Amino acid sequence: MNSKGYKKDFPVYQKYPDLVYLDNAATSQRPQLVIDAVNEYYANENANPFRGIYELSDISTKAYENARETVRGFIGAKSIREIIFTRNTTESLNLIAYTYGRDNIDKGDEILVCISEHHSDLLPWQRLAHNTGAVLKYLECSESGEYSVQDLKNALTPHTRLFAIAQVSNVFGQANLIREFTDICHSNGTVVVCDGAQSVSHMPVDVKDLGVDFFAFSGHKMYAPMGIGVLYGREDLLEKMSPFLYGGEMIEYVTRENATYAQLPHKFEAGTVNVGGAVGLGAAIKYISGIGFDVIQERERQLTLMAFEKMQEIPHIRIVGSPDPQKHHGLITFTLEGVHPHDVGAVFDADGIAIRAGHHCAQPLHQYLKIQSTARMSLAFYNDEKDIESFICTLKTIRRRMGYDR
Amino acid sequence: MTDNFYNEILIDHNLHPLHLHELPCATCSNEGINPSCGDQLSLHLVIDKDIITQGSFTGVGCAVSQASTDIMLDLIIGKTPQRAMELCQLFSKMISGEITEAELEELEEAGALQNISKMPARVKCAMLGWNTLKKLLAESI
Repeated sequence: MNSKGYKKDFPVYQKYPDLVYLDNAATSQRPQLVIDAVNEYYANENANPFRGIYELSDISTKAYENARETVRGFIGAKSIREIIFTRNTTESLNLIAYTYGRDNIDKGDEILVCISEHHSDLLPWQRLAHNTGAVLKYLECSESGEYSVQDLKNALTPHTRLFAIAQVSNVFGQANLIREFTDICHSNGTVVVCDGAQSVSHMPVDVKDLGVDFFAFSGHKMYAPMGIGVLYGREDLLEKMSPFLYGGEMIEYVTRENATYAQLPHKFEAGTVNVGGAVGLGAAIKYISGIGFDVIQERERQLTLMAFEKMQEIPHIRIVGSPDPQKHHGLITFTLEGVHPHDVGAVFDADGIAIRAGHHCAQPLHQYLKIQSTARMSLAFYNDEKDIESFICTLKTIRRRMGYDR
Repeated sequence: MTDNFYNEILIDHNLHPLHLHELPCATCSNEGINPSCGDQLSLHLVIDKDIITQGSFTGVGCAVSQASTDIMLDLIIGKTPQRAMELCQLFSKMISGEITEAELEELEEAGALQNISKMPARVKCAMLGWNTLKKLLAESI
């Protein structure tokens, strides 16, 4: 593996040459060309888009809309009218709950959510259920993190209006059978919301192939800046939905008493938008495309396999989720017997290794699995074998350093 | 962070906590939650004639929160609630890095957690037991 080639793209490794960064599921690092793209936008193209009757505003508008077209191509949406820029996955999912949810879900209706959902794909639905009197139901997974087609069929009722599922779980790393699940839901008249936060940087995504009605993801987990995210929605659904936030640039015409709203996608983008973020996201997508998902997937697969096999040889380690490393997609959640995950994280930190510890914003899942909290390592294609070796080397010493087996 | 942060005092209190048990005769109890990890801790005291005569804690937590709470109970058992409250304030001072040498001595073994002041990510862990004690005393005094 020519890992140096990729780490060289990320300036964080110039400042911290020995950094072992294995918290990519929380946020990735950013390559220089993304940082440059954002800089260049603010230096050379900055003005309030859409509003100004002058050239610079027009340049800014073009930069923003070019980024939208890049995103459209990246996820295979039919039209740029289906691509809404948000702050992040959380805002995208809240947008659906506040607009589609409040317009279409009533008392007695059911919302079905996977037990392993991140809080961002759970709390908006929990809140919606509280507010409307709808019933929130959970689809439970096997111990290895799999959801079965049969369980989904059993859980759906004539009242199930909406099903929320992550394409890849941020605890298991498991990829769900989105296409199959979507077909089943659609034949039941159930709308499918898919959280793509953990998938879009690791595998090619085509929303038409997945068949989902809504798809949400964040820029910052895919090498783009923080504060830019995307909501994809099927055009016919978005068309009928109420606006989310009200204000500037989302209107067509306003009187003292009333307003008509702008066309898609601007109806959902109130206020001055994050052009710099969108430009950065566009640059990140071009960076990913330049490397290619074939390369990204192969590198991440090999590194996951290496870490997984070595972890299995260490006593007192319990890996959460599938025993099959191929199903982890660069993400391994684990516990170390006798040592609290926060202490595991602190010892890794002492050795310059960044991992995540806690409940990973998935408390109901941890309650379901009867685990208080866990530690998680998550990688990206720019990680290398040396990172995995350092990770394993420290992992082997933690129990001893915490007073065991001396 | 340096590795010697997990010093022998902290490790010993984490592996062999003297006060981690139920206390059926407790006269007052209170619960604390650390939202960053979901850890929950319950603190139980017996206060008799203005003296904390017994104390214990239950629940799970990281080495820092467990050891910090165990050390805290060592320190406050046998003292008045008012003195325990003063020690709480001294501990907070230590964690915010503002304690004097003389004050540090009053904290005895709890001084082993002084380096937490350099680790913002673990302050909540170290403070969990102490904050729970503060709440409990404020309600009982």
